[in-house]
Amino acid sequence: MEASKASQSALYAKHIPIFTRSVKGKYRNFKTAVMIVAYSVYFLLPWMPWERASSPSQALLFDLSTRRFFIFDLIVYPQDIFWLAMLLFIAAALLFFATGLIGRAWCGYFCFQTLWTDLFIMVEKAIQGERPARLRLYKQPWNAEKILKIGSSHFLMLLISFWTAFTFAAYFNYAPDFLVNLFTGHAADAAYITVAALTVTTYVAAGLLRENICTLACPYARFQGVMYEPDTLAVSYDAKRGEGLAGRTLPIAGLKTREERQAKGHGDCIDCGFCVQVCPTGIDIRNGLQYQCISCGLCIDACNNIMDSVGYPRGLIRYDSEKNLADATPHAPRLEWKRLKVLGYAVAIVVMTGTLFYNIGTRTNVEVSVQQVRQPMFIMLSDGSFRNRYQIHIVNKTEHDEIYKISVSGIPADALDMGNIPQVHVRAGKDLTVNAKVNLEHELAERTKTFNFVIQPQTAGAETITLPTNFNSK
Amino acid sequence: MSQDKIKTPTTTGHVWDDDLQELTNPLPNWWVWGFYITFVFTIVYWLFYPAWPIGHTYTKGIPGWNSITYTATTVDGKEVEKTTHWNMRSKFMHEMNEQQAEQKKWFDKVAGASYEDVSKDADLMQFVNSAGKTLFSDNCAPCHQSGGQGKVGFSPNLTDDHWQYGGTYDQIHTTIVGGRRGYMPPFKEVLNDQQITQLANYVLSLSGEPHDETAAAAGANIFKGDSAACYYCHGADAKGRVELGSANLTDKIWLWADVPAAKDAAAKLDAVKHVISGGLDRGVMPNWDHRLKPEQIKLLTVYVHDSLGGGK
Repeated sequence: MEASKASQSALYAKHIPIFTRSVKGKYRNFKTAVMIVAYSVYFLLPWMPWERASSPSQALLFDLSTRRFFIFDLIVYPQDIFWLAMLLFIAAALLFFATGLIGRAWCGYFCFQTLWTDLFIMVEKAIQGERPARLRLYKQPWNAEKILKIGSSHFLMLLISFWTAFTFAAYFNYAPDFLVNLFTGHAADAAYITVAALTVTTYVAAGLLRENICTLACPYARFQGVMYEPDTLAVSYDAKRGEGLAGRTLPIAGLKTREERQAKGHGDCIDCGFCVQVCPTGIDIRNGLQYQCISCGLCIDACNNIMDSVGYPRGLIRYDSEKNLADATPHAPRLEWKRLKVLGYAVAIVVMTGTLFYNIGTRTNVEVSVQQVRQPMFIMLSDGSFRNRYQIHIVNKTEHDEIYKISVSGIPADALDMGNIPQVHVRAGKDLTVNAKVNLEHELAERTKTFNFVIQPQTAGAETITLPTNFNSK
Repeated sequence: MSQDKIKTPTTTGHVWDDDLQELTNPLPNWWVWGFYITFVFTIVYWLFYPAWPIGHTYTKGIPGWNSITYTATTVDGKEVEKTTHWNMRSKFMHEMNEQQAEQKKWFDKVAGASYEDVSKDADLMQFVNSAGKTLFSDNCAPCHQSGGQGKVGFSPNLTDDHWQYGGTYDQIHTTIVGGRRGYMPPFKEVLNDQQITQLANYVLSLSGEPHDETAAAAGANIFKGDSAACYYCHGADAKGRVELGSANLTDKIWLWADVPAAKDAAAKLDAVKHVISGGLDRGVMPNWDHRLKPEQIKLLTVYVHDSLGGGK
């Protein structure tokens, strides 16, 4: 009975709310810079105009209704889906590459969960004050002040969540019209569902759950752990320097200077606890590398500030590798990039990026496919000649209407019968299927196994497409 | 951590097999509340949807809530408008109505244009191809086969260039509207077997098939003579007459006698003789003027003319 009670209590840890202290330093500045750039791009890009002939002038527009995805001057069609596959591959390889080198840099500086959590903590700090004020507010009973401060910060978070969700949906609609339609009730059902769902998930994930997403829900957080190697740079506490032989201790009288401490065997850590107070996942970095650590570097900033104020050298907490920390004569932390795994990922990224750009660079303006009508496979005509029928499908991927002239090669030109449609007019971004009949006189038909359809766009300089096709006579 | 919240588990007090006990842990709160919410849902559902039987009728739910209106065609061809509460079938019917309205725009375009104008418009022809294929599969394919290729000895091939009743738009339209009835009398009643053999040789010679020259020469006389009077229907040049739908005997296309499939010259002769002696009373195509709407017949006309045979 006692044993089961103990194991039950070990499995259950009550959630402790985290109130982070703000900090100044180079990692904080970097995080803020990333946030400014990322938010500027994300929130402003849907509003960037871009002149286009056949569709709304929005620089980035994923038009689901016409199945065309506009990325500046690049138009992506659903059949280009493998570009997305390549992009995802590049993103994955980039993640592995970075993690092998400098640990969970994605988690600490770029992940949207981190960015939005950071923003929402800024909102809380602006309205409710610094960490001690927020702690005091949390412990005090629900009075007018608490309701007003907590309520207004959550209201603001909801507003930001809504604008986040709206911005996401705006990538799929012409933003200026969409904004009006959304509020006048004229937007599509899918738009309302998307905006509602993303508002709720953004608010819940970044406003309420926060570090729990990273520690409990996120799979990337867990599998990045296996990419760490002894040479990987990670946010680390130098235990040898911090603890000394006699452990860390407060700078009480007689233990103020470094010399005094070292004489008594104490390390440089003055146990101020700032590294714990600034941590967005609420861990103590001095306990070593932990799965909750998102590598944001804020504890480095916090510790460096304290070291400066007490006059000890910086870098008690720093980016360093496990191997170097364990070394008897550690060198200055450095990027250990001359490793097979790191170089392998780098090669994969370069090769795939090159392939992607080559593919995009050599994309065609028209796609043509010919399908033979197989019922019947061939037709004998009254004079003994043979007829085959085809359906030609033309996709005009340009931004202008195009006329395509269809002819044949390898057989007499007059063998082709396009009915009353000698030239095919296809509107910008649209596709069309036309009938074609090919009649060959008996002797020639029996000798002919293949011929070519030649599709010539009438715009000057456009590339001609030649499609080898089968001819059946038996 | 708040260890004080974890209580010692209570049991039913029943112990068996020395140490087995049954715990009396309560159900999780989220589960219990989920259970209660299903009760609330049920009551809301009763209010809005048909639910309880009352004698010969039932509770209808709040009227006007989520009702769907759709038009359906009854068995006697009348269009009726129905309004009902939301259900899968009414939703399906409603969506079908919307799609039909969308399709009607295209049918109207086809109906409003001349045959030639339809055949010149690539967008309209794309519609003709897809809608025509459906109409053809539903109505024509049982005889003419799914691709319109027909079947020798049963129904004409619509994809070749021979049109017994004419291959212009108007002639195809007339055929679909009024149907056709092909007939050839059995000639075993007026000709003996030798004459039929001679005639068959002549027919084979017209298409350049292997034949006996002398028999064919004799057959030519029978063809042009008045006892059998073949020329009366097939024409003096044996090229058939569009008004009667009689076959062109000089081309390579065979509708009734399966000459192309015959293994040798004797089998070809037999196939032709069989048709001459037995005659034909099978070339029947029903009329479609009351089974299909005028715009459907028009679309089928263009489909048969341009997508299948091309009228030539």
